[in-house]
Amino acid sequence: MSKKILKLISIFLVLAVLFTGCSSPASEEEPQETSEETTSEETVETTGKKILRTNNSSEPGSLDPPLAQGTHESWILENCFEGLMTFDENGNLVEGMAESYEVSEDGLTYTFKLRDNITWTNGDPVTAHDFEFSWKRALDPETAANYASILYYIKGAEAYNTGQGSRDDVGVKALDDKTLEVTLETPTAFFLELTAFYTYFPVNKNVVESNPDWAKDPSTYVCNGPFKLVEWKHNDQIILEKNPNYYNADKIKLDGIDLDILEDQNTAWQKYLGGEYDLLVDIPTSVVNELKTKGDPELEIGLQVGTYYYNVNPAVKPFNNAKVRKALSMAMDRETIVEKITMGGQIAAGGVVPPGLKDENGNDFREAVGNLIEYNPEEAKRLFEEGLAEEGMTVEDFNNQGFVLLYNTSESHRKIAQAVQEMWRTTLGIEIVLENVEFQVKLDREQSGDYHISRAGWIGDYMDPMTFLDLWWSESAFNDVNYNNPEYDALIRKAKSTNDQNVRMAAMKEAEVMLMEDMPVIPVYFYTQPYVVKPNVTGIFKVPVRYPVITYADITG
Amino acid sequence: MDHTAYTKDMFEKVKRDEYHADRITRPTISYWADVWRRLKMNKLAMTGLVILIIIFIMSILGPYISKFDYREQDWDKINLRPNKEYWFGTDELGRDLFSRAWLGTRYSLLIGVAAALIDFGIGILYGGIAGMASPRLDAIMMRIAEVVYSIPYMLVVVLISVVFSDAGSGTSMFVLILAMTITGWVPMANLVRGQVLALKEYEYSLASESLGASKGWILRKHIIPNSFGPILVNVTLTVPRAIFAEATLGFMGLGLQVPKPSLGTLANDGLAVMPIGIFYQILIPSILISFIMFSFNVLGDGLRDALDPRLRQ
Amino acid sequence: MAKYILKRIALAIVTIWAVITITFVLMHSVPGNPFATENRKIPENIMENLMKKYGLDKPKSEQYIMYLKNIARFDFGESMKQDSETVNQIIARGFPVSARLGVQAIIIALIFGPALGAIAALYQNKAPDYISMIISIIGVSVPSFVLGSFFVQFIASKVDWIPISGWGEFRHTILPSIALALMPLAQFARLMRSSMLEVLGQDYIKTAKSKGISRFAVIMKHAIRNAILPVVSILGTTISNLVAGSFVIEKIFGIPGLGQFFTTSVFNRDYTLIMGVTVFYAMVLIAMMLLVDVAYTLIDPRIRLTKEGH
Repeated sequence: MSKKILKLISIFLVLAVLFTGCSSPASEEEPQETSEETTSEETVETTGKKILRTNNSSEPGSLDPPLAQGTHESWILENCFEGLMTFDENGNLVEGMAESYEVSEDGLTYTFKLRDNITWTNGDPVTAHDFEFSWKRALDPETAANYASILYYIKGAEAYNTGQGSRDDVGVKALDDKTLEVTLETPTAFFLELTAFYTYFPVNKNVVESNPDWAKDPSTYVCNGPFKLVEWKHNDQIILEKNPNYYNADKIKLDGIDLDILEDQNTAWQKYLGGEYDLLVDIPTSVVNELKTKGDPELEIGLQVGTYYYNVNPAVKPFNNAKVRKALSMAMDRETIVEKITMGGQIAAGGVVPPGLKDENGNDFREAVGNLIEYNPEEAKRLFEEGLAEEGMTVEDFNNQGFVLLYNTSESHRKIAQAVQEMWRTTLGIEIVLENVEFQVKLDREQSGDYHISRAGWIGDYMDPMTFLDLWWSESAFNDVNYNNPEYDALIRKAKSTNDQNVRMAAMKEAEVMLMEDMPVIPVYFYTQPYVVKPNVTGIFKVPVRYPVITYADITG
Repeated sequence: MDHTAYTKDMFEKVKRDEYHADRITRPTISYWADVWRRLKMNKLAMTGLVILIIIFIMSILGPYISKFDYREQDWDKINLRPNKEYWFGTDELGRDLFSRAWLGTRYSLLIGVAAALIDFGIGILYGGIAGMASPRLDAIMMRIAEVVYSIPYMLVVVLISVVFSDAGSGTSMFVLILAMTITGWVPMANLVRGQVLALKEYEYSLASESLGASKGWILRKHIIPNSFGPILVNVTLTVPRAIFAEATLGFMGLGLQVPKPSLGTLANDGLAVMPIGIFYQILIPSILISFIMFSFNVLGDGLRDALDPRLRQ
Repeated sequence: MAKYILKRIALAIVTIWAVITITFVLMHSVPGNPFATENRKIPENIMENLMKKYGLDKPKSEQYIMYLKNIARFDFGESMKQDSETVNQIIARGFPVSARLGVQAIIIALIFGPALGAIAALYQNKAPDYISMIISIIGVSVPSFVLGSFFVQFIASKVDWIPISGWGEFRHTILPSIALALMPLAQFARLMRSSMLEVLGQDYIKTAKSKGISRFAVIMKHAIRNAILPVVSILGTTISNLVAGSFVIEKIFGIPGLGQFFTTSVFNRDYTLIMGVTVFYAMVLIAMMLLVDVAYTLIDPRIRLTKEGH
């Protein structure tokens, strides 16, 4: 061959060497990785170590508790940290870092006594000062924790977080190493449960103060929960190991948890099928339906407290008319949507508050209020035309407007939107155009009121109907439809001002009925969370406001 | 010597036609007739042409042959395998895949062909000018192409889909074609430029130049016809590339706005039911894509051979 | 030569500056911000603090100058979404992964593509021509996300030795490399066939033949060497396309490469990461183009660098 071809080849060889040069750090890691892999294989097969293998779907943005934003972070945090309260192996809320607590009679002051034998993974004892520091740190505007609002039940928290109050006025105080006193803004029935939430998790004061980057590297990562972080291969895998110094270590059966970071649902499902995962939460919907139809025992339909709904922009004629909004709702066959379209065991919405939340008598709030939503095509058509007539419009006028249903890009939203579009078209004879935009663009357009109908969803933060009803009072930051009803506001205020469950629940029940009468938003269905678990894995359960709890899992056989 | 020996009548004025001897080409009509004659002899290319014509006709008529509208949903007939009533089966929303597949073919072809033509036009113009221009202008033009090509594609797609979406249109055909072509012309321009740089050193180009032909003339009459082969092959590859690019955008949820189908979004929908062992939903659009690819490719090859001036007899 | 390369590097800097400027403008004209999340709204002062933390509170012109200054020091800043790593770290970790995939794919494509094309040209309109063209057409017939998903469902989950997802060993790279290689392979094969046919019709081939050189030698020495030029000319863009376009394959096979950031950073409005990957990508692309041009001049006897001089 000619010299020039040789030259060409050598150029590309140099190129290849350059790339390998670039990848040398990775190849240095390789032997380590392989040894890691062999040990983990050994652990399963020979030494009998129990490693739960599953998929975390997305790379965590941060594993610093106040900076966490979603389940791909909180699922890991919930296994590495523990708050004052926690969920036990039966899913009951029990004392965690706290040994006991006292509530003052007015329900405003909580005094927590910490356990004696609790330590951080670096050996430091967990103290009440850590809690005080952590909560104030989460509220510190400089931290810019984007979920700081969940701490606003604490006195002075909102003022400090929004820059109107001082750090010292925040109602959390370590009386000594073992005693924490918390003062609330108003009586909050669900405050104990909140202390199990990840934003309330403690961080080690000394570690955080001496090394701001502590949460970025497993070698400096210090936590206090049942597991500890041992390896974080970015965009690849996260490895947790049992924390032997955890006070309740006897209850923890697993020796470790391997969490892949694998975004593709189909690929993850193939790994579960092939026995490479013991548990998988994010499953393709077609698979959920298949397993559900077959009655596959590996499938669990976990409870979730969340509502999927459509915002209707009241600033746009004829959507200002409640009859039109109700007609749109009435024309929506929700049973078909959950049975045939979403297929994940979701529940047709009967209001805005999903089932699973208790009222004053311990009954289900949803059942107590009853079904507030009706499917009635004929009535829908009548109501729709009546509503249009009141606004001086005809169906033809409506269609000429080219109204748009806006949703953020996603497989399931797309499917539901197409079904709803078809339901409205066949029942009401109207043409609604679909438009999918990126999530960021949807938020922008909702905030600027540049939409007609838009898809939305809300997952409850705590186990109380208020986590939903709170959304649509006029002062709510999340009230995208700008629903403003003084009577509704009065009911919400009433419920917020007292710890008396009878008064609270009565007010909230009345509020929900009122809301569904006006229908500023059209609820579609209540979320569920399907997941699959291999038969030899036990002890995984679902707490409604959490991702499946794997802390107490056990692998047999 | 006696100068008077050369008298005026001894000279004959050269006719303009003969002077521009270089310009003599075959009449256009016979050229294309010739191309067609030789294309007809290429069996593979003719097969491709026939398949393409069938697909083309079906993409127009297909949606009307089926008795079901492309967006009509029957929730009791979800994921039906192909049968007498639904020739291609139904999808996850109980819609007829036959009418959706052919309508999808129509939109995909439109996107692919439009993108390929635009890329072709811009690429030839830009690459040709750069190749013929002075080294300085050439360098500037190539740097501009590099800049265009280096700008993140997704950023551009997201931006144009936001800027050009009238409320309700979502990702329209226009946005998709724009997204395909906004950087898609650069490889074509590079290819044309490379061809021009190589071909302008050929003897016939040099000869033409020394006979006083203009650069544009050389480009039109010598270089472009002679580089038609690689360029045509690239055009036939641009159609699938654009169809694929649309499909990939569909994979990320930025494909053609539903309920309108394209082959890419149909394939993406088919992906959703693949894990439960339903394959016809992904196979039907994939097979249609394959047929389109095959036809464009063999037709492109056939045309290349038929157009090549050096293979002419 | 050295002077030529220096000149090209100077031009490259201007190109990268232009890329930065245009990307910066585009980026800030797309609505949305990096800190918005679905379920919660962030208090105004927190938003201000976040903006301050990343320097987004300053006027755009100041931000732009700040970016330029940092990029001149190869400091791409902090990712706005991924707190645990800087953009430099993300690139340093992700690029070798994507590059390895890309290079393996290109090697596969370069071994089989031109060979298929050459065979097709030598046996024009005969069975080997049809067979190699059909093989290469199959490569471009299936979208990569379909192909990748089929690979996962029918090969990786059936063959024990081939892992379904992950990264680290050679066996992890086999399926994704093949999936990535098919498109350029087909492209090379077809370009090669077409340019080979052209070359075979040239006078110097006839001359060489008439001089009595063996057919094999003619093909190896003259035909392939000239016919491969168009393939070389698109090599640069092909390689960088592979690196940037591998996000589908990376997503399906769960590979921790750089490809995914070209899309996710835009969707997340992670401004620093967008700038980081863009500038880095531009540098790789320009380096490739330069290499290709140099390679081109080295193997094409008709182009001489000296021409740039006058």
